[in-house]
Amino acid sequence: MRSAFIQTLEALADEDSRVCLIVGDLGYSVIERFAEAHPDQFVNAGVAEQNMIGLATGMALSGRIVFTYSIGNFATLRCLEQIRNDVCYHQANVKVVAVGGGLAYGSLGASHHATEDLAILRALPELTVVAPGDPVEARLATRALAEASGPAYLRLGKAGERVVHDDEPSFRIGKAITVRDGGDITLISTGSALPLTVDLAAHLARHGTSARVLSMHTISPLDKQAVIDAAVGTRLIVSLEEHSVVGGLGSAVAEVLAELPEPRARLRRIGLAHVFNRTVGSHEYLRSQHGFNLETVSEITDKLVEELNGVAR
Amino acid sequence: MIDRDMQAVGRDDYGNLPTALDDAQLRELARAIRVESVRMIHRARSSHLGSCLSMADIMAVLYGCIMRFRPADPTWADRDRLIVSKGHAAAATYATLAEAGFMPRKRLEEFGRDSSVFAGHVTHGVPGVEVSTGSLGHGLPIATGMALAARRSRAAWRVFAVLSDGELDEGSNWEAFMFAAHHGLDNLTAVIDYNGIQSLDTVEKTLRLEPLRAKLESFGWRVLDVDGHDVRALRQALDRATASTGRPTAVIARTIKGKGVRFMEGKVLWHYRPPDDAEMAAAVDELGAGE
Repeated sequence: MRSAFIQTLEALADEDSRVCLIVGDLGYSVIERFAEAHPDQFVNAGVAEQNMIGLATGMALSGRIVFTYSIGNFATLRCLEQIRNDVCYHQANVKVVAVGGGLAYGSLGASHHATEDLAILRALPELTVVAPGDPVEARLATRALAEASGPAYLRLGKAGERVVHDDEPSFRIGKAITVRDGGDITLISTGSALPLTVDLAAHLARHGTSARVLSMHTISPLDKQAVIDAAVGTRLIVSLEEHSVVGGLGSAVAEVLAELPEPRARLRRIGLAHVFNRTVGSHEYLRSQHGFNLETVSEITDKLVEELNGVAR
Repeated sequence: MIDRDMQAVGRDDYGNLPTALDDAQLRELARAIRVESVRMIHRARSSHLGSCLSMADIMAVLYGCIMRFRPADPTWADRDRLIVSKGHAAAATYATLAEAGFMPRKRLEEFGRDSSVFAGHVTHGVPGVEVSTGSLGHGLPIATGMALAARRSRAAWRVFAVLSDGELDEGSNWEAFMFAAHHGLDNLTAVIDYNGIQSLDTVEKTLRLEPLRAKLESFGWRVLDVDGHDVRALRQALDRATASTGRPTAVIARTIKGKGVRFMEGKVLWHYRPPDDAEMAAAVDELGAGE
C-alpha cells in the first residue's frame, strides 16, 4: 500500500505543482524519489509532528494540497489537537497519511501499533477517514483524496499486502465497494482486513453460506445506506477491522444498526481486543494473538451462521 | 477620533489604510483598541483584558504602518498575513480589525453574544482573521507553513505571528523556531508580547523563559528587543524585521500586562477578571485622557 500511495502521489505531483508532501523524518526508501523529483513540493519537517501539521495547515491555507506522512500514531495522535483545530476547523486541504495501520509494525512494540486511530479520528468533524483494503484501493483513494478539497486521514498498511481487486473497482469516497455479492450474511471490512474478509467469504461459500463482502474503505463519512441495505437484505453483519473493537468500523456500523427498526440483521464485531500488546512478534503472530486470522474468524462466523439457521428451522 | 484621522490621511482605492500612520496616529489607534477592548470585555463579562491591553501597541503598529492589506478584500492574494497566536487576546484583535476597516466598529458589540462568530478566542469568520487560535502553541507553526508557501511560490507577502510569553511553554513553538531558522524564512516575523505574567502567576515563577534572547538567537533567529509600548521603537524593529535577509526575526516586545489602566497594570488578576461597571468607567476615563 505504501508503494501504491507514493507512486500515485508522485504522479499527482507531476500533474499539479500544488501537491506537496511533508514527512516527519520517516519514509526511508519510500519518499526519496518524490523528494528528488519535486524538491519544491517536498519538506522534511523533522521529528516534530505538531509543527508538521501546523506547517501543512499554513501551506494549505496558502493554496497547496498537502499530504503529511508518518507512521503509526505519530502521524495522528501525537498531533491530534493540531489536526482538530488547525486542519479540520479550518477545513484546510491537508491529507494526513499514516503508514502501519493496525499491527503492521508488530515487533516494534505497542508504541508503534495504531489500534485506536480510526475511533479517535472518525470523531473529528470535517475529517474524511479512509482505510483502503488493498494496494488498488490505496492508489484510488490517494487520487480521490487529492481531488477532493478538504481534510482527510488516509490509513495505510505497510508493504506487500495482497491485491484483492483483480479489476479496478469504481471508487468513491464515502461509498462502500461491493467486492462480492451475497444474500445470507454481510461481511463488512475496512483497511487491511480485506484479504482476510474475502477469504472468510470463500470459506463460507464452501459451506453453503452466501456472504456479501463490502469494502468500507471510508469510515467517515460512513456509507450508511450500504449498512442499511445489509441490515435489511441479509440476516447477519460481521464487521472486520485491524483496529480495536472499541470505536472503529464495528462501532460505526453498530450506531447505524441500533437506530434501525426490527427486524434487522444482528451484528458481530471482529477486531482487536481492547488491550495493549505487551508481548511482540510478527504482524501475523500478533494478529493471531487477537484471533484475527482465518481459523478463528471462520469459527466465530460458522457458529453464528449455525445459530441463525437453527432459528430459521 | 481615529476615524477622522484616517479619513484625513485617506485610504487607497481598496479602502486600505495609508502606507504609514505617524507616531501620534499610531498612539491614537492603540488607544482606540484599548478602549474598545475594555468595553467589549466588560459587555461580554469576558476575560483576558490584561493580555489585550499589553498587545494594543503591537497591533496598532502592525496594522497602522507595517502590514499590507486591503480591508475591502480580506483574502487579497498578496496581503501580508498575521496570525494572532495568543488567541485569548480576541477583543483587542477584533477591535484592531474594526479600526483597520475590515468591518464596522458596531460589529464589535457581537463579541461573546449568543449566535455570534466573535468568539472569546480569535476565530476565523470574523472579517480579517486569518486563522483561529485559542489553544496556545498553534500559531507559529501555521505562520511558518505560510511563510514556507510564500517562499516556495516566490511571493512577496510576509507573515507575522504575535505570541504571548506564557505561550512559549508550549513545545510546538520551539519546533517551529527550529524549522523556520533552518529554512531561513526571513519573510517570517514573530512578535512576543512579553508582559511577564501568565495565567496563574508571573512567567518567572511559572516556567522561567530567561534568557529568552539568547534562547532565540541560539535557535538561529535574529532578535530585536524593544519597549512594546513605544510605537516608534516597534515600528523601527518591525521595519528592520521585514528587511531581514536569511533569518526569521523575533521581536521581543517588553510590555506591561494591563498597560494604560493603572489599577490593572502588572496584575495577574486582570488575566481573567472582567471589569465591573465602575472599573470599566474608570478604565475608559483614564484611557480617554491619553498618556
